[in-house]
Amino acid sequence: MEEVRLMKGNEAIAEAAIRAGVDGYFGYPITPQSEIIEYLMLEQPHLRTGMQVLQAESEVAAINMVYGAAGCGKKAMTSSSSPGISLKLEGISYIAASELPCLIVNVQRGGPGLGTIQPSQADYFQAVKGGGHGDYRLLVLAPASVQEMADFVDLSFELAFKYRTPVMILSDGVIGQMMEKVVLPPQKERLSNEELIKKYGSWATTGKPASRERNIITSLELKSERQEAHNHKLQAKYKEISENEVRFEKLNCDDAEYLIVAYGSSARISQKAMQIGREKGIKVGVLRPITLWPFPSDEINKLADQVKGILTVEMSAGQMVEDVRLAVNGKIKVEYFGRYGGMIPSPNEVIEALEQKLIGG
Amino acid sequence: MTEEIIIAGFGGQGVLSMGKILAYSGIMQDMEVSWMPSYGPEMRGGTANVTVILSEEKINSPVLQEFDSAIILNQQSMDKFEESVKPGGVLLYDPNGISKHPTRTDINIYKIEAVKEAYDIGNTKAFNMIVLGAFLKIKPLVKMENVLKGLKKSLPERHHHLIPMNESAIKVGLEKVETV
Repeated sequence: MEEVRLMKGNEAIAEAAIRAGVDGYFGYPITPQSEIIEYLMLEQPHLRTGMQVLQAESEVAAINMVYGAAGCGKKAMTSSSSPGISLKLEGISYIAASELPCLIVNVQRGGPGLGTIQPSQADYFQAVKGGGHGDYRLLVLAPASVQEMADFVDLSFELAFKYRTPVMILSDGVIGQMMEKVVLPPQKERLSNEELIKKYGSWATTGKPASRERNIITSLELKSERQEAHNHKLQAKYKEISENEVRFEKLNCDDAEYLIVAYGSSARISQKAMQIGREKGIKVGVLRPITLWPFPSDEINKLADQVKGILTVEMSAGQMVEDVRLAVNGKIKVEYFGRYGGMIPSPNEVIEALEQKLIGG
Repeated sequence: MTEEIIIAGFGGQGVLSMGKILAYSGIMQDMEVSWMPSYGPEMRGGTANVTVILSEEKINSPVLQEFDSAIILNQQSMDKFEESVKPGGVLLYDPNGISKHPTRTDINIYKIEAVKEAYDIGNTKAFNMIVLGAFLKIKPLVKMENVLKGLKKSLPERHHHLIPMNESAIKVGLEKVETV
């Protein structure tokens, strides 16, 4: 039988990173995600797989260590919480521009500013609309359980290497701090340079053989024509990702007259709200985006032909609601409900909001 | 069957670890479980609470506003959580340090003198296991064999010699819990 463990979401990410064959983790502690680096330091993965774990002197240093390691073709990752991610954005833009694979984990807390250490989802815009400068995208995965925290680490690296692009796991303090059952993935071997080249091609700075020119990792291109051409290449890649990598989960949508769209811990709360609503006779379903970029716009647009109204539930002042409105394009009413600044909506509040804003209104 | 429980008291009383042992016991009984702590700037002497859900079905929200059972170990938590027990639900508390006793008449109230009993058996650290035993008498959600397996899973191996002591503390709780 598979071993079932009771773990915090943060611990699950850390253990899954070791098992995904990650070469290096570089981070700086911040609540509510410090268990990631704590677990890695305690577990000493250099003894298990050779994985290196380093507490950097700052978030900026950590992301640039990831940049360097990723340039060498290594599986590299960092994690932080909201204010720390803001610090990393310059590096993230460079990594995206240099077309390097890596994983960035954001266990969100309430903002803006230093804000609070309690859960939040107010970094949605930052994650899916760029955050850093320039026309780049992050592929953003939103886990809603401890199991998904574990499962999405390997998935993130598969996607990151497939498209040579940074991937973000956008979580929050609820999923990071809670404990649930988790079945851990099997141990993957770390890749040697030869295996990396065989699997993903020889783009990394793994040493110049006589058979090819040297590889240069840079995000600088002073000739505008060439910089535009590089942008075309990036945009083509983002188009391919948005055509192939949309992921979502639908619950009770078949007969739904009303739809809740929510991700991460808000999706869990909305499922309970759905249960309460169904007991009251309200035919409500939940669509949970698993990828926030690319966003499941087509599926939401299709459901807009079936349901009477949509409520987005998010721990922000209303960010994802804009993408839902774009997807629906005015066909039906799209309303928002949320709590923020570290407050968590209750299932009862959600269903009352749905009744007031969509049914009563 | 779904049981939604809040355990609330002072940091350092073993509130979070009691919840963890309960959750692990649920896993040993093949149940779905979730454990969601109040995390924050709390520290020893401050308040601490944890929401534990045991269920035969997949658990949706790990964050709740009302509970089937509340285990309350200080006055601040009594003030905060007495009203969150669902009608017909259970409130278990240790009267030690409680100045305003619960007054609701639509719930079932029990007490366990866990601080006193822990002192009497000469092991104040076993306080939380006495409370757990008392709760399991009222709500036998998990079999004792699974609680012991849960204990074994939650404790690091170097502490496994403490399991018999914890087991006897649970038994004290099972015996000494009283209806109010």
